[in-house]
Amino acid sequence: MIESHLPAVSTYAKDIDSLILLIGVLVGFWFFVCQGMFFWLMFKFRAREGHRTTYVTGEEKELARWVHIPHYLVLVCDLFIIVGAVRVWYDVKQNLPEPDATVRVIGQQWAWTFVQPGPDGQLDTPDDIRTVDNLHIEVGKTYHYKLESKDVLHNFSVPVFRLKQDAVPGRVITGWFEATRTGEFDIQCAEICGIGHGIMKGRIKIQSPEEHSAWMAQNSTPAIATASAE
Amino acid sequence: MAQSAQTVPHGGHEHHESHGLSYYLFPLDHKIIGMQYLFTGMFMALIGGFFAYAFRMQLAFPGMSVPFFGVVSAGEYNSLVTNHGSIMIFWVAMPVLIAAFGNFLIPLMIGCDDMVFPKVNRLSYQIFLLSVIVLITSFFVPGGGFGGAWTAYPPLSANAQYSLTPLGSTLWLTAVALEFVAFLLGGINFVTTVMNSRAPGMKLYDIPIVVWMIVIASILFTASVGPLIAGAVMLFMDQVVGTQFYDPAAGGDPVLWQHLFWFFGHPEVYVVLLPAMGITADVMVTFARKKLFAYRTVLYTAVGTGVLSFTVWAHHQFIAGIDPRMANVFTITTLLISIPIAEMCFVYIATLYGGSITFKTPMLWALAFVAEFLIGGVTGIFLGASGADIYFHDTYFVLAHFHYTFFPIAIIAVYAGLTYWFPKMFGRMMNDTLGKIHFWGTIIPFNMIFLPLFLLGAWGQHRRIYSYQNFPELAGDTMQNLRILATLSLVTMLLFQLVFLYNFFRSMFKGEKAGKNPWRATTLEWTTESPPGHGNWKEMPTVYRGPYEYGTPGRDQDFWPQNEPS
Repeated sequence: MIESHLPAVSTYAKDIDSLILLIGVLVGFWFFVCQGMFFWLMFKFRAREGHRTTYVTGEEKELARWVHIPHYLVLVCDLFIIVGAVRVWYDVKQNLPEPDATVRVIGQQWAWTFVQPGPDGQLDTPDDIRTVDNLHIEVGKTYHYKLESKDVLHNFSVPVFRLKQDAVPGRVITGWFEATRTGEFDIQCAEICGIGHGIMKGRIKIQSPEEHSAWMAQNSTPAIATASAE
Repeated sequence: MAQSAQTVPHGGHEHHESHGLSYYLFPLDHKIIGMQYLFTGMFMALIGGFFAYAFRMQLAFPGMSVPFFGVVSAGEYNSLVTNHGSIMIFWVAMPVLIAAFGNFLIPLMIGCDDMVFPKVNRLSYQIFLLSVIVLITSFFVPGGGFGGAWTAYPPLSANAQYSLTPLGSTLWLTAVALEFVAFLLGGINFVTTVMNSRAPGMKLYDIPIVVWMIVIASILFTASVGPLIAGAVMLFMDQVVGTQFYDPAAGGDPVLWQHLFWFFGHPEVYVVLLPAMGITADVMVTFARKKLFAYRTVLYTAVGTGVLSFTVWAHHQFIAGIDPRMANVFTITTLLISIPIAEMCFVYIATLYGGSITFKTPMLWALAFVAEFLIGGVTGIFLGASGADIYFHDTYFVLAHFHYTFFPIAIIAVYAGLTYWFPKMFGRMMNDTLGKIHFWGTIIPFNMIFLPLFLLGAWGQHRRIYSYQNFPELAGDTMQNLRILATLSLVTMLLFQLVFLYNFFRSMFKGEKAGKNPWRATTLEWTTESPPGHGNWKEMPTVYRGPYEYGTPGRDQDFWPQNEPS
């Protein structure tokens, strides 16, 4: 349902979509059973002439099981969902694969700044490439992001990756992503951050290896690097 | 209860016959205090609804001059959504569900003449009224009302340099803190009264479910609000005297607030849910002419839900920068809370079995509560599952989910309760035809507002954005049309509330006389005059049986009031 409108572009996006589908099927089943039962009882036991209520307390064994058995089944469904949720969570948030590259992501009112290593492959050296609001990455490479905030809470959200992470001032939060195809997509700030929250937008440009190295070459001369810093 | 009136100094009794102005302005009578809370809550609901109208118009037609409001700026947009949320939860759901129904119903349903502490009760309302005045003042100060979301996460909320609302933030926080004080006082009163002043013969399992639910909710509230008040004091000091509890530059931590807030905030959901479920239970049994299915199970699951609700708070913070391993713990606890809630829903559905159901207006609302709340319940599972929440966090899916819980709670259940107890409150019947027009005119647009929002959320629309034109993935025509559909449905729904207001105020003076027990119900409030006089009963009732004896075999009548000797 999500992918029909919004492509899945990271290695884990499909896992998250499948988890959502699994939950959808399980809770959808319960939802329709409950509503069906509810409306059927409403119809079946509508007031009619000469009809008198059946007197039950609900504590009779043979009646109580109509409530207790479904509730054990709900527990079983919960266990499936817990296992699925924890597995996806572990892959996305807990277990960080070895990175091919690292990018620093800095949120501040109300723009995103991205810092990537220049030709030397190291962050925090003079040849770093800084960009504002546009993140250029290479398809098929595992990136670690180091997420920071300079003022209030922000949230680095890339819907096509199915990725969100809060940026908290005073902390550096590390996570990862790997894009599976090229293209240009939205970056959002998904945590209210003041009056400009609605204009805190960015674009992620996922490039083929050739495009990406061309972009790197173009931006990594010291003169341009300084220019694009602001 | 007569004994309590003798042992507790009871100011109200000295003015037994005097109904002067001060009786209504500074009342001690629980019924009048309940009405004060009810009308204040209804007034605040009008403001909250108007705010929703203003920001929904901006979303559907960005940049337009909204009729009766004007152009909505980005700052005003934030303030509107923030205060819409705050008002609807703290100044509508809480005062109406707990304080209004609690005050009005508890003494009448347990058979005593008033609350145990009538003066504390009066103080509770006066502090609440003060919080209303402070909140409304905050909309008009320089810089405008607070716009940092109802969750008020620092540093945005702590620092005027970031929020740009130096006075608005502080007044908002003060108003919220005063509101908490009011409900602490009220809650203590409710619990004490129910434990001490029940009519002779009323055992714990003879207490109507709605009273139990208000008691459990009050206990949850008093137990959870402490950390938040501490947090609010620290936030206030950060704002006003420049302490740095939440400022990382000085060794503080902004995430601390989130823990304190949600440690209260999640139980708070159940604080308002339980009374709503209680109202629903009482209305359903009356119009199904059925005993509540498994009374004790309902009670135990409510307590179980309440206890579990203290262990789930960090599911609001999965991706907020807490240790990722914590998410696994909170996913488990969050999904486990679905067990007692599912059990409750099953019990409510099972209550219809074997009944004889008449679809009067209150019953329609009660049934709608169960049907709509189910949508809110099942969509919560997507958000409690950590892996799926990575995507859904802060999208309109979350927003639609909690409106499918809070709207049934704060609006649908309240209408069920108001239309059901209206005859007791005012001694007259509401018009059933107008009631049904209002019902369908509310329920159909309600679904047409929020079902599209699930879709928008699933497609990545994030919250608290005043215009989506800046986001190419969200600016397309399909999504904009869904936004327009939601907004037009909202306007329709708000217009239909005029039908209710007309019916409500007209029936108060011109409705058909109700008599003592128009619904042929079993609980004690229906055994006295409508409306009950001061002191509630001329002769205090005695209780002989449980609350829901409908269709008892071997009796001619299909209901058996609690106070009728065998």
